Amino acid sequence: MKKLAYIFTLMLIVAACSGSDDSDNGSGSTPDNYNRAAMQTNLVDNIIIPRFQDLKTGLETLATVGNTFTATPNQANLDNLRAAFINTYKDWQLVEPFNIGQAEVLQYSFQMNVYPTTTADIEANIANGTYDLTAVGNNDAVGFPAVDYMLHGIAATDTEILNKYATSNYAAYLTDLIAQMNSLTQTVLTDWTTNYRAVFINSTSNTVSSAVNKFINDYIFYYEKGLRANKFGIPAGVFSTNPLADKAEAVYNGTISRDLSIIALDNVQNIFNGKATSTSPTGEGFYNYLIELDRADLATLINTRINDARQKIQVLNADLKTQVETDNTKMTEAYDALQLVVVSFKVDMLQAFNVSVDYVDADGD
Amino acid sequence: MDFSLKTYLNKTTDAAPLAVFRIGFGLMMCYGMIRYWLKGWIETIYIQPQFHFKYYGFEWVKTLGDYTYLLFLICGLSAFFVAIGYKYRLAIITFFISFTYIELMDKTTYLNHYYFISILSFLMIFLPANAIFSLDNYTAKISYKTIPKWTIDGIKLLLGIVYFYAGLAKINSDWLLKAQPLKIWLPSKYDLPLIGDTLMQQEWFYYAMSWTGMLYDLLIPFFLLYKRTRVAAFAMVVFFHVFTRILFPIGMFPFVMIVSALIFFDASFHHKIISKIKSLLAFTSAKAKKIDYKTVYKVRYSKLLLPMLGLFFVVQLVFPFRYLLYPGELFWTEEGYRLSWRVMLMEKMGNTTFKIKDGEGNSFLVNNSDFLTPLQEKQMSFQPDFILEYAHYLGNHFTKQGHKGVEVYAKSYVALNGRLSQLFIDESVDLYQEKESFKHKHWILPFTDEIKGL
Repeated sequence: MKKLAYIFTLMLIVAACSGSDDSDNGSGSTPDNYNRAAMQTNLVDNIIIPRFQDLKTGLETLATVGNTFTATPNQANLDNLRAAFINTYKDWQLVEPFNIGQAEVLQYSFQMNVYPTTTADIEANIANGTYDLTAVGNNDAVGFPAVDYMLHGIAATDTEILNKYATSNYAAYLTDLIAQMNSLTQTVLTDWTTNYRAVFINSTSNTVSSAVNKFINDYIFYYEKGLRANKFGIPAGVFSTNPLADKAEAVYNGTISRDLSIIALDNVQNIFNGKATSTSPTGEGFYNYLIELDRADLATLINTRINDARQKIQVLNADLKTQVETDNTKMTEAYDALQLVVVSFKVDMLQAFNVSVDYVDADGD
Repeated sequence: MDFSLKTYLNKTTDAAPLAVFRIGFGLMMCYGMIRYWLKGWIETIYIQPQFHFKYYGFEWVKTLGDYTYLLFLICGLSAFFVAIGYKYRLAIITFFISFTYIELMDKTTYLNHYYFISILSFLMIFLPANAIFSLDNYTAKISYKTIPKWTIDGIKLLLGIVYFYAGLAKINSDWLLKAQPLKIWLPSKYDLPLIGDTLMQQEWFYYAMSWTGMLYDLLIPFFLLYKRTRVAAFAMVVFFHVFTRILFPIGMFPFVMIVSALIFFDASFHHKIISKIKSLLAFTSAKAKKIDYKTVYKVRYSKLLLPMLGLFFVVQLVFPFRYLLYPGELFWTEEGYRLSWRVMLMEKMGNTTFKIKDGEGNSFLVNNSDFLTPLQEKQMSFQPDFILEYAHYLGNHFTKQGHKGVEVYAKSYVALNGRLSQLFIDESVDLYQEKESFKHKHWILPFTDEIKGL
């Protein structure tokens, strides 16, 4: 009995003390502490900030082309503006997951991409001539969906659209919309480069409020809500008794919603793999983190599932609204494939990272 | 045998350890209630949710809205009265009922140590914990120096069961041979000072912790009982619980166990504690009122009480093994998992979505956050009884909304101890037609791996 006690005590002491000074002489077992600061640095320097810079450049072009158009509203200028709009909307897809820092403070994505946009609100704003575009009540009357409406939806034909810009204060509203998007993006970008970059890189502890945990949670939330639900689930009617085709993205343009969603999905995959673009080599990111945690099975499975989902999306109509209206089964198949990635992210990856999540505040045992 | 049992039951012992236990227990419970209140959990756990998960057979336990605060107030006050030993019997009964009622209101927050507190406070109803050093002594002017030995042994036995059974539960292949779930949990503590990026990242350490954890739980009751190892054992209790407290968000539990373990010490130790408390409080009332110190406290109705407590302990010993009556892997089905000291054994997460179909051929998915708090959704996602209860709630909800012939189907993926997630629930079963019972839930899909052990 006594001996047992000594042995037991000894074991505990050994377990408690011996590890503290031999982190690099344990033969065979290598410490698997993943370098989160390196991951954060890669994310911020090679992905987040460059993508915001791209968007900012795109928005500045959009403003210039927009000014040309409002000064001379003709077909050629409208076509140029529409092309610039599409390019910028694509840039936007790449920053939407980063709802952290100033973006979170400003509710940036709520001011940039709430769809469907409420056309009645837009028309009312235009008719009134005075509006506060930052007001929460105007979230559904600003941003890309509003510009989409302004460029494609305010009238049935291009001639009528051009007429509207020639005769009323549509031009002012369009200019204000684009200016507001520029200003918001500038605020978020400036904060990243002057302040938040350092915070982001250094806040790597496993706490509810640390940047690394918030980023993981935001990333998964974006994938589940912004991508899976908004782009596919809601228009396909998975959450309602009937399909709601009008709730698809970029419905007034009517030709780009599938490509936007593929860009968004590629972006999710690139972030996962720590890649700046699809052709870059794998960098520090969730993929490497999982490998470090000995979960190659999961890391591979996530890429496989994203690839499967992409294939399901590629067969869809270029306009997802049209797809819902013609053959919604293919839409729900894409949704189901996307949902499997949610499972991998929310169940398996969060379990592997053992991230302290922000919503569960209670004791465990 | 009968003779020796009789002699045992007639044995007496010093009353001080039980009194110190009463004070420690009461103060901790009182603090526990205040802590719950201050953290805002009364609001988020009991008042905000529009739906509460109930224990089978306790569906009648209603939540009280804003009166929940009153319930916590009563519970906290009764705990304080237990501590000071004022109207002890009434106080401990009130505590037992109010605390248990709180726990029964929603099983989302089920924790083994809450169950422990419930049954411990039940046991304490029948123990003369106010025999000495209590306000009751001053009002009744009677105090007892000794009490039946079985009263203190009962608490030791209950503590021993908790530890020993927690140890037994750790004898399984995931815990011992794969070091799961510690292998998931410990590396994520990378930001702890000193040990975070050293010890917490060592493969061998996960195994060392798993094995010592198992041995600790199995052996610590015996080392606490045995006089020569007691001090060392208590030091281990303190070390182990403080260590786990640093690692995991386990609230009050470590302190409850540390304070409870004091009961294993000799009476002389507890007399020292009592005189320390007396000197801290500058006790003078002993002189003011004369207390009649009697020697032996006699338990009333012992003919009825002792067999009842005997039965209580038999149930405690047998109940955790009820899982043997169910087919399938216990960690997967969780049939017989709760109320049996299975502590920190699993890292289990799930994602469960529900499809509602109605008689007109419509179908749609439910957004869980429309009905559940994040904590509820998390717990619901991997526990079959939660899934079934919620499915019925959804079925009723949409029937009430006017849908006819509602059917509810669940698509659920669950990951256990670092395995890839797999389908958990048979998607083709209309859960709205399934009834909760103690029978095996046939619609839980089998676990595709095997976990060997108890």
